[in-house]
Amino acid sequence: MKNLLKSTLAILGALVAFTSCNNSANSGGKSGALASNIAEKVYVAPGEHDEFYAFISGGYSGNLTVYGLPSGRMFKEIPVFSQFPTSGYGYSEETKPMLNTSHGFIPWGDSHHPDISQTNGEIDGRFIFINENNTPRIAKIDLTTFETTEIIEVPNSAGNHSSSFVTENTEYVVAGTRFSVPVPQRDMPISEYKGNFQGALSFISVEPEHGHMDIKFQLLMPGFNYDLSHPGRGKSHGWFFFTTYNTEEANTLLEVNASQNDKDFIAAINWKKIEEYVNNGGGTMMPAEYAHNVYDEVTHTATSTMKKEVRVVNPSDVPGAVYFLPTPKSPHGCDVDPSGEYIVGNGKLSANLTVHSFTKMLDAIENKKFDGEAYGIPILKFEDVLAGSVEQPGLGPLHTEFDGEGNAYTTFFISSEVVKWKLGTWEVIDRKPTYYSVGHLTIPGGNSRKPQGKYMFAMNKITKDRYLPTGPELEHSAQLYDISGDKMELLLDFPTHGEPHYAAAMRADIIKERSKKIYSLAENNHDYAAKSDADTKVVRKGNEVHIYMTTIRSHFSPDNIEGIKVGDKVYFHVTNLEQDFDVPHGFAVLGQNTSELLIMPGQTKSSVWEPTKVGVWPFYCTDFCSALHQEMQGYIRVSPANSNVPLKWSMGENIE
Amino acid sequence: MVICVSLLVGCGGKEEKKKEKIKLPTKTEKKVEKKVENVPASKTIDLTNKGIGPINSVTLGTQIDKKMVAHGEDVFKKMCTACHRTDKKFIGPAPKNILDRRTPEWVMNMILNPEEMTQKDPLAKALLIEFNGSPMANQGLSEEDARAVLEYFRTLK
Repeated sequence: MKNLLKSTLAILGALVAFTSCNNSANSGGKSGALASNIAEKVYVAPGEHDEFYAFISGGYSGNLTVYGLPSGRMFKEIPVFSQFPTSGYGYSEETKPMLNTSHGFIPWGDSHHPDISQTNGEIDGRFIFINENNTPRIAKIDLTTFETTEIIEVPNSAGNHSSSFVTENTEYVVAGTRFSVPVPQRDMPISEYKGNFQGALSFISVEPEHGHMDIKFQLLMPGFNYDLSHPGRGKSHGWFFFTTYNTEEANTLLEVNASQNDKDFIAAINWKKIEEYVNNGGGTMMPAEYAHNVYDEVTHTATSTMKKEVRVVNPSDVPGAVYFLPTPKSPHGCDVDPSGEYIVGNGKLSANLTVHSFTKMLDAIENKKFDGEAYGIPILKFEDVLAGSVEQPGLGPLHTEFDGEGNAYTTFFISSEVVKWKLGTWEVIDRKPTYYSVGHLTIPGGNSRKPQGKYMFAMNKITKDRYLPTGPELEHSAQLYDISGDKMELLLDFPTHGEPHYAAAMRADIIKERSKKIYSLAENNHDYAAKSDADTKVVRKGNEVHIYMTTIRSHFSPDNIEGIKVGDKVYFHVTNLEQDFDVPHGFAVLGQNTSELLIMPGQTKSSVWEPTKVGVWPFYCTDFCSALHQEMQGYIRVSPANSNVPLKWSMGENIE
Repeated sequence: MVICVSLLVGCGGKEEKKKEKIKLPTKTEKKVEKKVENVPASKTIDLTNKGIGPINSVTLGTQIDKKMVAHGEDVFKKMCTACHRTDKKFIGPAPKNILDRRTPEWVMNMILNPEEMTQKDPLAKALLIEFNGSPMANQGLSEEDARAVLEYFRTLK
């Protein structure tokens, strides 16, 4: 009886619990309904497409990742500065030259700030540029193929950080040095930094049709650290703005010694003026060594050319081209609003956010209101160029983006938040916490005359407890906010790969329409392409063996090869004969000291194998391609170095 | 994949026995097929089915168009020989005498629209099974190219 009572009570209790649960769900319906409303805002139904592409830098992965917004789904990792075994980038014979530098082959890079090409101040979705910080380089990615097609090394630069931002018509992609160095590099005492080191700001011209890059000139600036930059636009088109720090020119313990000055500078560069000077023969050609690597989509092959000189310009030789705008205190981000009037200096160690006025700057220049000079470069008076300050908006401002509605959004690393404020009145409108320690933020089209608004995402440096733990190392966390209303609304957390330093985003429609589905087999002009079964062959040249191989669902041709010897250098040149969307084939051979190849339809890729062991070794397709993928294999016979086994190959019949 | 590899490695020494064991079930499957349908899809004659795809009607000239044949042969060599031999079964069936077995429309639709054909057209579905699931690749031919290949097929007798 007691038991019965107990169980009855238990059931009743459970019922009460259920009921109260329901009640609370109903009464707390706002949060429930709101939560589902937020879920709907980021939900992209199966088979449907996201509205925006986001290109997020991979930082120390050396690459660039492609995401969809608002879903936060990652679509692709584009290899840029690092070898990528998934596709064979930097491993295949065709792509190894992409990673060549004046320091030799470098398998890794630190990618930072992607920026999409522009026409008339609006992003056009043709190319995306990204800088390598460690061994200074700028890469161009073609957004029809989402492949890296060009990399240019930047000489006289070190810590290529205030890069790779484009001017309004992609006339230039600009790369500034973070670390000043001896120019040209030479053996000298580090302690003699001050007054001797220089900071090179490179203006790399972009040829309009194919986007080919060439260093037009390098401006050799005083030995400060050039941290970030942005182009003028609209009324300020023709100018470029760089934040500086370490105007103290310290060469040790910078965390103390580079924080002494009350103000550092934003350098304002009238590049149109310098361009004119250079076009009239100004500047000097200086010996230099830097690699220019270009991938040809018809030969499917990259070539690396070592360039031998670069044009340098001394700023004091071009009067009226360079000015310093005093900006408190070690400014990091240097952001220009869509109208081109306001230049925001995000002083990392400053209590207030400083905004300069382009109009006031021109006026001060015209009236020669200078407040001294640094290395011959006029310094303008802070009060004369100041548009306004956002008073105590947060701690540790880093970067600002714009929504095109007159609002700015600034990240604060130390206080871990994004603050929305109004241009012109400088009042704070809203603030939202980020989880945790936000670095960059991006609004689609945020670095252009016409931001596309709607969303903003913050890229956080620290993840901590936001996801299931994955040991000591965690992927960084990004957070997506709806910015269509007065107040920002946090919608979604999503992980990013490597360390994202900045991202570029834009409406998907333009890129989507142009995206290539296959490479034309007819146009394939690779030296070792086998464009049909009749072209397949094996050719020996001394101890080099070239295998002209084809692949199509679901076989290789040839798939039986004999007559290879230990000590041979065997080149597998594999052409994918498919002409259908999304039918790549892979290739790998047992014991190969390199990565697989992933070959797109119509493409040829080559892999080198230097067999060290006698035997019959299989090769196979690594990408599940069809119902008969498991049958997609072949054998290559390796005989002793002194053997007389003749070179033979076949497919579909016995080799003898 | 991992399981397959380890199986293969594990059975390395007894490969012949392994092969026999694998062959048995496929033999019985074939017997079942034969009971249902005696003529394989590659030999079936159907001169009414036009297939599924962009081609509704093709008019063959009384004379073979030699210029078109040359173009078609070129396209065939470049885009089709990875899987087809003109006169014998290879990865896919031989096109020799194909117009004795199929309508010209069916042939062109099979070239231009193989994914849908192998999903919906009864003959194409049966062919996919007969050829062990080896898919007919869509090589992105234009209608003009496909028509030229068809003209070339008329010469294969």
